[in-house]
Amino acid sequence: MGFFHRHRNTTPYLLLAPGVLFLAVFFLVPLGFLAYQSLQSGNFDVGFSFTWAWSNYWDALRDYRAQFVRSLEYAGIATLLCLVISYPVAYWIAFRGGRWKNLLLLFIVAPFFVTYLIRTLAWETILSDNGFVVNTLQSLHVLGPSGRLLATSTAVVAGITYNFLPFMALPLYVSLEQIDGRMLEAAEDLYASKLHAFLRVTLPLSLPGVVAGTLLTFIPAAGDFINAQLLGATDNHMIGNVIQSKFLEQTDYPAAAAMSFILMAGILVAVLLYARAVGTEQLTGTAT
Amino acid sequence: MSAVAVESRPRRHVLAGAWAFVRRHILTVYSVLFFVYLLLPIAVVVVFSFNHPTGKFNYTWQGFTWDNWRYWDGVPGIRSSIVLSLEIALVASLIATALGTMIALALVRYGFRGRATTNILIFLPLSTPEIVLGASLLTLFLNLNVIFGFWTILIAHIMFCISFAVVTVKARLVGFDRHLEEAAMDLGANEWTTFRKVTLPLIAPAILAALLLCFAISIDDFVVTYFNSGSEVTFPLFVWGAARIGAPPQVNVIGTAIFVVALTAMLANVLIQTRRSKGAA
Repeated sequence: MGFFHRHRNTTPYLLLAPGVLFLAVFFLVPLGFLAYQSLQSGNFDVGFSFTWAWSNYWDALRDYRAQFVRSLEYAGIATLLCLVISYPVAYWIAFRGGRWKNLLLLFIVAPFFVTYLIRTLAWETILSDNGFVVNTLQSLHVLGPSGRLLATSTAVVAGITYNFLPFMALPLYVSLEQIDGRMLEAAEDLYASKLHAFLRVTLPLSLPGVVAGTLLTFIPAAGDFINAQLLGATDNHMIGNVIQSKFLEQTDYPAAAAMSFILMAGILVAVLLYARAVGTEQLTGTAT
Repeated sequence: MSAVAVESRPRRHVLAGAWAFVRRHILTVYSVLFFVYLLLPIAVVVVFSFNHPTGKFNYTWQGFTWDNWRYWDGVPGIRSSIVLSLEIALVASLIATALGTMIALALVRYGFRGRATTNILIFLPLSTPEIVLGASLLTLFLNLNVIFGFWTILIAHIMFCISFAVVTVKARLVGFDRHLEEAAMDLGANEWTTFRKVTLPLIAPAILAALLLCFAISIDDFVVTYFNSGSEVTFPLFVWGAARIGAPPQVNVIGTAIFVVALTAMLANVLIQTRRSKGAA
């Protein structure tokens, strides 16, 4: 019996050890190195040394404020667009999908089966200067004769919206699908109008999905640089573009590390605020 | 009950019926348009894989040809990039799924000190932007003077796949009937035999799902790989390099092929699920 108890106590740790160690060494420790690097000074040729160089942070915030603000702005607008665009469809699949639900969900994730870069390049084709979309908009005088979509903020936000849409639609669907239809019948029995029933019953019950979808969309969108690179011009560049070029082209590691940390910290604060509002169990999907 | 209500206020019923009819169809039309929008770029990728571009840009339709499919590896470097992507995806998904399944078992089956911390550790990589994951691994490898290449890419891919594997397997384990295991133990099976003969077969679909998910995420990854690849080129990195000078139609060919394979696998999965739930009903 004593053996049995000891055995049961060590089993979970034995199961956890390899994976948790891996994540500790290749996820947590690197974050520590990133923090360490962000406080170094020097340059690639003479080498870097640790000098508590907090100035990296202030310099990054001063020089690249526009890109930081733009990242949050583009990601915010794209997240909102994703929510507005996909809510009705998630609702439609949840309540009207019937036996086609699984197939329709498959359509929702279909874009993921095409390599991220390739589907973004496809948007480059669609929005290109002599493409169908630009020609139509020009003939409707929405765009001037020399107007273009490519290399504008519209194209970047549209690209981000498209690429992260499934991240919003799926959690929305999951929370809408769980709503008990009898709740809505009860609301109608109590003479709530359809609109009222939606606003007072359906919408609040789908909030966990809205929260999860918002996080899943906003976080990767804020750090994205592919859409800005392929669909935008230099003045549409986001902080991801700067971090990428500082790390891989200019080898200014401390500045790039500081910027990664500012981005990470901003996002972490947002996530913690959400966690306080909705509870960690719901946030991490560990309820039940 | 509802018939009585209809008799007592027919006008309202007609209006409500008309409103419901309109609303029903607005939603359906909207949803159809949504799917057209969602699938439009995929159609573009497929159609342009048959394009016969005259210049180096594959942006405008120039004419139909089978050549891109016949000479799918006609561009230098494309074949080796696909091979590398497949190798990395295969090994990374196997290791990440094994590690992730073990973590999921521990989290669902046992109460232990540090459970909440482990949950957070699993959740953190999912809520970190890819660029930070890639950049932090890059600084680790740079500071330890590790040579970038196959192994650094593999480590990076296992790292970001583990959490997805844990979440996938955990979802299945939560709704698992523990009585089956208790029955096996009552019949004299030890823990390991019970796991092998009862638990494993029951969670096998979840493990397979985790494998497929990890494989798909790995083969599609660009950002983290870009930071940790050195001079090695995976397929997404090949596309990135090619995009700067105008991507050749062969990129669309491979994109279409990956899409068709993934879609077929998922369709088969959906069909099996539908049939199974129909059998259960």
